[in-house]
Amino acid sequence: MAGEGVKAAASVNRHDVEAVNAASRRSLYKKREKIHPKRMEGTFRRIKWAAMAIFLGIYYLTPWIRWDRGPDAPHQAVLLDFPARRFYFFFIEIWPQEVYYITGLLILAAVGLFLATSIAGRLWCGYACPQTVWTDLFIAVERFFEGDRNERIRLDQAPWSLSKISRKTAKHLTWIVIAMATGGAWVFYFADAPTLAHQLLTFDAPAIAYTTIATMTATTYLLGGHAREQVCTYMCPWPRIQGAMLDEESLAVSYRYDRGEPRGPHKKGEPWEGRGDCIDCRQCVVVCPMGIDIRDGLQLECIQCALCIDACDDIMTKIGRPKRLIAYDTDSNIQARMKGEKPRYRLVRPRTVIYTAILVVVSLIMVIGLMTRSVIDLNVIRDRNPLYVMLSDGSIRNGYTLKIINKLHEPARFAISVEGLPQASARLLGFDDMSEPVEVAPDALRSVRLFVTAPRAALTEKSIPIVIRVRDLDSGTEVVNDTTFKAPIDE
Amino acid sequence: MAGKKEVDQFSGVETTGHEWDGIKELNNPLPRWWLWTMYATIIWSFGYWVVMPAWPLISDYTRGVIGYSQRAELADTMAKVGQDRAARAGSLVDASLEDIEKDPDMQGFAMAAGQAAFGDNCAPCHGSGAQGGKGYPNLSDDDWLWGGSLEDIHTTILFGIRGDHSDTRYSQMPAFLKDEILTAEQVDEVVEYVLSISGQDHDQAKTANGAQIFAENCTVCHAEDGKGDRVQGAPNLTDAVWLYGGDRASIRQTVAESRFGIMPAWTARLDPVTIKSLAVYVHSLGGGE
Ligand code: SF4
Ligand code: SF4
Repeated sequence: MAGEGVKAAASVNRHDVEAVNAASRRSLYKKREKIHPKRMEGTFRRIKWAAMAIFLGIYYLTPWIRWDRGPDAPHQAVLLDFPARRFYFFFIEIWPQEVYYITGLLILAAVGLFLATSIAGRLWCGYACPQTVWTDLFIAVERFFEGDRNERIRLDQAPWSLSKISRKTAKHLTWIVIAMATGGAWVFYFADAPTLAHQLLTFDAPAIAYTTIATMTATTYLLGGHAREQVCTYMCPWPRIQGAMLDEESLAVSYRYDRGEPRGPHKKGEPWEGRGDCIDCRQCVVVCPMGIDIRDGLQLECIQCALCIDACDDIMTKIGRPKRLIAYDTDSNIQARMKGEKPRYRLVRPRTVIYTAILVVVSLIMVIGLMTRSVIDLNVIRDRNPLYVMLSDGSIRNGYTLKIINKLHEPARFAISVEGLPQASARLLGFDDMSEPVEVAPDALRSVRLFVTAPRAALTEKSIPIVIRVRDLDSGTEVVNDTTFKAPIDE
Repeated sequence: MAGKKEVDQFSGVETTGHEWDGIKELNNPLPRWWLWTMYATIIWSFGYWVVMPAWPLISDYTRGVIGYSQRAELADTMAKVGQDRAARAGSLVDASLEDIEKDPDMQGFAMAAGQAAFGDNCAPCHGSGAQGGKGYPNLSDDDWLWGGSLEDIHTTILFGIRGDHSDTRYSQMPAFLKDEILTAEQVDEVVEYVLSISGQDHDQAKTANGAQIFAENCTVCHAEDGKGDRVQGAPNLTDAVWLYGGDRASIRQTVAESRFGIMPAWTARLDPVTIKSLAVYVHSLGGGE
């Protein structure tokens, strides 16, 4: 063939061309390699069990906590009541115009995440993220029915048998039940939990409840049972973002290569001089839920669950070497040790200080806001068209619309007064006189029209500041609103 | 070139050759489930075409087997709103004006309906804030030509003023100079008198004669004290509010040539509930009696 090519060279034009797919023989798509993480007991496994119990407990039980708010209000401690446009959170009740509390909470959550990440890396990913927690739970279920890593690998390779079918079925059914409970718990945050639970069981619940549960069941089953590490590696943006919060002083699950290298198998009784502590047993790899090797360094796939720390600790104990060859450590410490310097942990860094400062400031604002949050609200809208009205005796009248909000769960009576223009008289539309209290129904807003009239002689400026005061006759609580009185005076 | 793709030393993955600030893009393979997901969305879209409205045709479009339409949904919602409104309006048909104003539910409805109707029908003359203008009364002050009670306002809206309805409110002021009832000098004198009773600067020398002329010609309508008569729509001449201007020249023109403001009757143009709502709305503007 080659010879012919050379021969033909005189008459044939040679093209310097390559087939478009010649450069790579590998597939464009990557098959998922199934991971069979091995269970390893240890400090961090125990921490993770505790975290799982706490987080799942909070998630499943919170909607069932009752809270007494009086007869006309919901008895659920945490409730997002969209039809009535109210959010309830224990003693806090948020109206639509107060969504800034939710904004505040989101800011706190974000900055809290930044701070935790800059201190100790992906704490969120490793212990608290729902994807991690539910995957962990699903792996535990898998282990319960199919055994630990080696047994599972053998089962997967084994031909189909009655035992294999029954074990797999039991696993999937358990997953689906957990997934349904997860979806079910979700909808309880949006309606009275006992009522909705009863409706759900009697097939009386709104269609949206069933579709939400169905969607949540499907996603939980899919993401926790099947997608697992694929979510973290391919779908989640946080692994890409979190690197920006890290620096060389941030703690992270690290393989201390200063101590581990050079690695290699070790026979009992052999000396440890001139070699590292890592015996290349790959325990750390088999326990890893992401299926990666921590010894490759900090990597995007590592959710920093710290399970490889437990695994290696176990090995180190067995071979009689000090624990924590894999540990929470910082890059700069490893560098320092390699240079023979003393490692040190710097918690106080510009990064952590700034995040903490933001956290404290926003929390303070929120706390102050919540503490001074009034149960009555007043909004004054000045008439702009017309700005003022001249009456038959020559006096000038201004009109205002007062929107009074009563956030209490009982009716409130208010006295309204106007200050700043002593000669002026005030009148409420539909009321006999100003001493007649304005009643506002529980948990409601009422609009009243206020007319303020001042004799022409009393008006010396185009715009006179006045104050409208609303006082709750029962509690004495007051709200004031500054506004102006406009007069026909050219300046 | 020549097919030799650069391979990243650290990860062993080839790069796309794209580089930003020394950071090279790895050409990692896409996970295969991602591909399946795309196929699934394609299959989904076929199903969607069948179930939902999807393809434009020449004069129509494929409607989908469940026959969903946003337009129908809107029409549904609007019909429901219409029903609700009709039910609420129904309660206003037989209610008295006073009852409407007292009942918070009916009052709220009347205020909203009245405000909307006012903007559409009344604002061109009376202004969007009902503040009026020269020749068009301000409806938010406390000065009323034909009365400011709910009933009076309602009647005025129903039948109009100097209009063509048989029940219209009617009165006419003579054009004292044009019709040669008074001489120019007499007109000047009565104008000074009117200025004096409304508390404005005036020529003291002329007011005595003016008072005489006023007593003989004007009191039938404007009353002896000049405070007017609502039965005839005769304005109060002693207050600060002037429909056509309160300065010497304006008053002189009014006396000499008369004024003839017209408001149409609305009874044939608007339904009774809207007119009631308008009366309640105007009554609430601040001058209602
Ligand atoms: S578990 Fe420890 S000793 Fe074993 S390979 Fe991993 S780092 Fe090395
Ligand atoms: S490498 Fe270690 S810390 Fe990272 S995900 Fe795997 S087991 Fe968890």
